[in-house]
Amino acid sequence: MSAAISSGQGRAAARLGLFLLLLPAILWLGLLVVLPHVEMAILSFSQRIRAGVYGFGFGNYLEFLTEPLYWRTFGRTAIMSILVTLITLVISFPVALYIAKVARGATKPILFLMCLIPFWASELVRTLGWMMLLRETGVASYLMQLAGLTYGPVELLYNDGAVILGLVYGGMLFMIVPLANALESLDDSQVEAGYDLGGSGFTVLRRIIIPHAMPGIVAGSIVVFMLSVGNFVTPVLLGGKNGLWFTEQIYAQFITRFNWPQGAAFGFMLLLLSTLIVWAGLRLTGQGFSETLRRS
Amino acid sequence: MTEPADLALEQVTKVFAGHRAVDGVNFAVRRGEFFSILGPSGCGKTTLMRMIAGFEMPSSGEISIRGQSMLGVPSNRRPVNMVFQNLALFPMMNVGENVAYGLACQGVGRAEREARAVRILERVGLPGYEERQVTQLSGGQRQRVAIARCLVLEPTLLLLDEPLGALDLKLREHMKLELKQLQGAFNTTFIYITHDQSEALVMSDRVAVMNKGCFEQIGSPRELYHHPATNFVAGFVGDANAWDVTPNPSLGPGLGVTLVSGADLRAHGRIGAVGHAYLRPEAIALAARIEELSGLPNRFHGKVSAVLFDGAASNLVIEAEGFAPHIRATLPQAGALAGVEVGARLAFGFSAEAVKVFPA
Amino acid sequence: MWNNASPAFRLYVLAFYLFLFTPLLVVALFAFNASLFPAPPWKGFTLEWFTGEGVIFGKPGILKDPAMLRAMFTSLKVALPVTVLAVVLGTANAFLLERKEFPGKSLLAMMMLWPLVIPGVILGISILAFSSRIANGLESWLNMDLDFLRPGLFLVILGQLSFILTISTLIIAARLKKFDRNLEEAAYDLGAGRWRVLTTITLPFLRPAMIGAGLVALLMSFENFNTTLILVGSDAPLPIYLYGQMREGATPAVNAASLLLMLVAGSLAVLVAFANRGEGR
Repeated sequence: MSAAISSGQGRAAARLGLFLLLLPAILWLGLLVVLPHVEMAILSFSQRIRAGVYGFGFGNYLEFLTEPLYWRTFGRTAIMSILVTLITLVISFPVALYIAKVARGATKPILFLMCLIPFWASELVRTLGWMMLLRETGVASYLMQLAGLTYGPVELLYNDGAVILGLVYGGMLFMIVPLANALESLDDSQVEAGYDLGGSGFTVLRRIIIPHAMPGIVAGSIVVFMLSVGNFVTPVLLGGKNGLWFTEQIYAQFITRFNWPQGAAFGFMLLLLSTLIVWAGLRLTGQGFSETLRRS
Repeated sequence: MTEPADLALEQVTKVFAGHRAVDGVNFAVRRGEFFSILGPSGCGKTTLMRMIAGFEMPSSGEISIRGQSMLGVPSNRRPVNMVFQNLALFPMMNVGENVAYGLACQGVGRAEREARAVRILERVGLPGYEERQVTQLSGGQRQRVAIARCLVLEPTLLLLDEPLGALDLKLREHMKLELKQLQGAFNTTFIYITHDQSEALVMSDRVAVMNKGCFEQIGSPRELYHHPATNFVAGFVGDANAWDVTPNPSLGPGLGVTLVSGADLRAHGRIGAVGHAYLRPEAIALAARIEELSGLPNRFHGKVSAVLFDGAASNLVIEAEGFAPHIRATLPQAGALAGVEVGARLAFGFSAEAVKVFPA
Repeated sequence: MWNNASPAFRLYVLAFYLFLFTPLLVVALFAFNASLFPAPPWKGFTLEWFTGEGVIFGKPGILKDPAMLRAMFTSLKVALPVTVLAVVLGTANAFLLERKEFPGKSLLAMMMLWPLVIPGVILGISILAFSSRIANGLESWLNMDLDFLRPGLFLVILGQLSFILTISTLIIAARLKKFDRNLEEAAYDLGAGRWRVLTTITLPFLRPAMIGAGLVALLMSFENFNTTLILVGSDAPLPIYLYGQMREGATPAVNAASLLLMLVAGSLAVLVAFANRGEGR
């Protein structure tokens, strides 16, 4: 654009253009992201001194550490999310390999698109599907009774297994897409050479295929982990009272108990957790943040 | 009063981050002239072209078109249009819309716009192509659309930035002729930028040879070829044997030089303590016996060590004492030596004027 | 060598796709079950849960249920502004990232990605806390009520925009990156002014990406739950309304609404695919 303009007044126009383009970006990031987080930080360090009077203090964080329900829920959320990520990876890897390497011709894009379809449906709809399948009066229980496997209705909902199932289901797409993209670029001759040099199927997988897919594995795992940790609907609806997810605690503090400083401190703990895990994942595998995000 | 030049540049300089991309360039282009700027990549010719088009402003100097200064005039108000290297046809428009784009910018009404687009497309040999998508065209057709898009505006100057670069060899040869014919038919002043000397020599009325931001020489293709003014021009334009030489006054009268490899030549030009000598392959006369070359001041014996057959551009590689590693001469395709083979012994000779010497 | 994949491998992939589609099929199927509960056994096919007046089951079908219709309309009231803003501001951001140089640019580009890694619930509470502080401050200063800064549709729009804008920016910037600057220069050279170059060359080139970004924004806004849940006031968009129904023990009306949501999402997805195809040109 600088091309069409002469120097002096052109520079002023270019500055104006820059300013006009910067304005929405700064308003967006400033008012909707940065300042709200600053506010949350301030809030998390304010504690009640007496009725209606708040002052600086670590009380909210101390409360988090001393109340077993809180830190147990936190730890549980972290561990289960890691578990969900691993299970998702294991389940998705063969499918991604199939899409990237085995499927030929028109099958390949069809399989790929079929993976995407369920994720155009809302998270809520997907969760509803699992509720209908798993609950006492649901499809699975009904079919088991029909087959004579059980005599009465079986409750498959409201346990950790159901929560993990729901989260894995919700994360699969975000694992398969980066994995398939990474495996796509794997040169078949490398795999052939691996076998040719006497490698077994397992060695070829471990030494050639998995290292090649590493960028996809990292990208997919990070996204799945983030989605699990930050999820709300799945643990609440599939886990019921036993769901105990940290986002629920945040919601409860903010909306139900109206204890915003405590909720803000919880929010920061969650943010810290996800940042830490993402950072560790990137560190361990030597990947960059921006590229990884773009890839997913 | 003489009519002002279509384009005149005076001491035009462009500095990028301390580097003088264009350094004190002067030239003037007459009305209706086909003027080429020839130079290796990175010589500053594209920067020069962009300054003429108005995409860059010179750091100093003056650019004027028909006597009007162009400094401070943005590209969209200059009577100059440009054919881009990649043509830059608008993919979101069909051929007719591409051609009519500039007219629309001028506020020409729709009906007249379309009529003029139809007419110009006929003139460039694309009648009835208005509705085609640019992606459906061949390389040569795209070329013509890009030119028609500019010529429809009747610019004072048409700039062409290596427009033939993306075409294959056969088509390129064809388009050279076609461009020359188009220029004749429209009688528009063309300024053509290229690193391909054959494009510049074939099409141009005059050529400027550019190197490291400066013009080395401006002249007709023949002048450049036969009377290069500088060492760079002699080496860059056309094919030549090139040697490092030192002066040898004992060979006088006239200039005498000795090749580093030993041969003594009577030559033409100027030299300091050391210099470069250039000799075109086609300036070398060949004969079976040295006596047949008695009219030439430089005569030698040699042996054919290779025949590099390339049609009209075929060369003989001759081993001769004093010429290291060898000397190349045009392969005679008629006469006594037409069928000369590797290993044949022969004589060769050339005039003193054929050996151009420049100070190093 | 990949061609002779073992039958076990093929069977696994088949099972995977069954796993993928079963929940959705179940949701769709039971929208047509002539029963008061969205559960087996199958009691016959009915459209009552879409268009019924509530005579048979005592509850109306979704297209006759004022509460459901209001929730859909609320979703639309949120999604349209989010979409328009996401496209307009996303385009501005794309130009900023691809065309401008300024100090701190790489930091800003990094910041723009940030909302993607913040859990939606946290985006929600932080915006809620911040807007409440602003509202409290302004209200005591101006001595008037600023209801739009309290939980409600305005905050829902802002909350959704905060991360949807990242996605629309990425989509449009990727297209702008592929733009050949020579096209703009050629247009200037042919006499066009800035505005004409923008409207006749650059924006038409970006159009497929802008349409694609708009559709994605529309979809994400329609389906967003976490951020919306925190910021919502008394007017509940469709996902929030459905969530309430599901917790109370739903009727097949929820299935019917879900099916409708799937169909809308599916057709948007097809449109996105078409918009992407347009990018090839």
